[in-house]
Amino acid sequence: MHPAPSVIIFTTLSGLGFGLLFFLGLGQPAATGTVAFVFYAIAYGLACGGLLASTFHLGRPERAWRAFTQWKTSWLSREGVCAVAALIIMGLYALGAVFLDSDWTLLGWIGAALSLATVFTTSMIYTQLKTVPRWNMALTPAMFLAFSLAGGALLAGAESVAPWLLAIAGALQLAYWAKGDKALERSGTNLGTATGLGDRGAVRAFEPPHTGSNYLLREFVHLVGRKHAQKLRMIAFTLGFALPLLLILTPVQGFVIKHVFAALAVLSHLAGVAASRWLFFAQAEHVVGLYYGKR
Amino acid sequence: MTELPNATERKMGLVIDLDTCVGCHACVISCKGWNTENYGAPLSDQNPYGGDPSGTFLNRVHSYEVQPAEGHAQLIHFPKSCLHCEDAPCVTVCPTGASYKRAEDGIVLVNEDHCIGCGLCAWSCPYGARELDLAEGVMKKCTLCVDRIYNENLPEVDRIPSCVRTCPAGARHFGDLGDPDSDVSQLVAERGGMDLMPEMGTKPVNKYLPPRPKDTIEEEIDILAPLLAPVAEEPQGFMGWLDKALDKLPGGAN
Repeated sequence: MHPAPSVIIFTTLSGLGFGLLFFLGLGQPAATGTVAFVFYAIAYGLACGGLLASTFHLGRPERAWRAFTQWKTSWLSREGVCAVAALIIMGLYALGAVFLDSDWTLLGWIGAALSLATVFTTSMIYTQLKTVPRWNMALTPAMFLAFSLAGGALLAGAESVAPWLLAIAGALQLAYWAKGDKALERSGTNLGTATGLGDRGAVRAFEPPHTGSNYLLREFVHLVGRKHAQKLRMIAFTLGFALPLLLILTPVQGFVIKHVFAALAVLSHLAGVAASRWLFFAQAEHVVGLYYGKR
Repeated sequence: MTELPNATERKMGLVIDLDTCVGCHACVISCKGWNTENYGAPLSDQNPYGGDPSGTFLNRVHSYEVQPAEGHAQLIHFPKSCLHCEDAPCVTVCPTGASYKRAEDGIVLVNEDHCIGCGLCAWSCPYGARELDLAEGVMKKCTLCVDRIYNENLPEVDRIPSCVRTCPAGARHFGDLGDPDSDVSQLVAERGGMDLMPEMGTKPVNKYLPPRPKDTIEEEIDILAPLLAPVAEEPQGFMGWLDKALDKLPGGAN
């Protein structure tokens, strides 16, 4: 799949933003006033920035409001509905925390649940696609949720759970790569089933339909990025999970140095998740590539 | 709405004969022509006369080589367009309701006024049947020439999809695949029509007729056979002497 920057930015930032909103909704940290304002500003900046970026890849962004209508069948529509609901509920909860010095617990819990639901619906947009075997597995939503929770915990300063969540996210990432590498083969789809000619002999793409490129090849067949996949996996894993874990577990004294370490952990995690998301798209093989003798 | 109809009254679709297709691409060109001038946004080209031309097509013809375990390889031309699936994933993933399957004839269409061009339907299609038009920003796909097949302004002979009307080899057939007595259904039954990627669970309406087995003529003896004496397997005379002499030279026989 083509790793479109808009979609990578969207899933990375909004995943982190909704992860932070989840912890804020649960009252972690239980901040009020200016401190709460800063936390909510960061969360909304990430979540809304991501959502805004996602509209950049639309052919007709001015009609984007129509995407809220088909929640009965479409995960993309459900994502839109969940995202808006989460932002409204958490916005009300934030009003209480920032201006009224109050904690409307129930509202916070609903907002937290909707924030997680948004991340889940995002992941299901990819998971539902049988055409991309590497995405079409239960580990995909598990990975998205774990990344969001780990990033949220880091940003919220939830010191007790952040190391555990980072470790779980890292483990899920490794499991996703290991299983994903065999997904296309295991799906049973190949040029033989694609053409229906597989039982007659070995099928080879002899001549493509056209000499130039086309939308399908640009969108679904991305070979360039796979060259450095192993190196990028090392970078993604180290920056995303190993380094942040090390940074938050290092015992340091003093308010400033602690916050510097926490900030470094967040930035490192963000860069790692972005690299992982880039691989998530660049390494995903769409079965339509088979028709072109590619994968 | 993007909910699929439980059942469609008819299942209009194409039957493509891989035995007959000669790979001339006439269906590709007639499709592009008709669908650029008629229903919906035109099928645009980008940089058509430049170094890297590309454009939107609703029908493309691939060519495949099949090498059996024994015998000669076979070249098969393979036209591919929307299969108007019964369980069309491209319809249910659509967030706006622009993508829909008609209950009356099973044709899968895009309402271009509602499409936001997110591309998710193309992602969900295993066959590469949908292409985003870069000029218009909306998704384009085969309409089964919905503006021809019911068009009473056209002579009756033309009320079939443009690709079928054009095919000079008669490799494309159009009809109701939901009616077991229709010509196309009988053709599918007779020739063992198949689905593409059945494991995807899309239940395509369009069927492909596999190439017929190659003729075998070993049993037949031509009346001219005695005159066409078989060429000697082992060279004789001067050529035989030369063959043996060259074998003996350093370097040996191969």
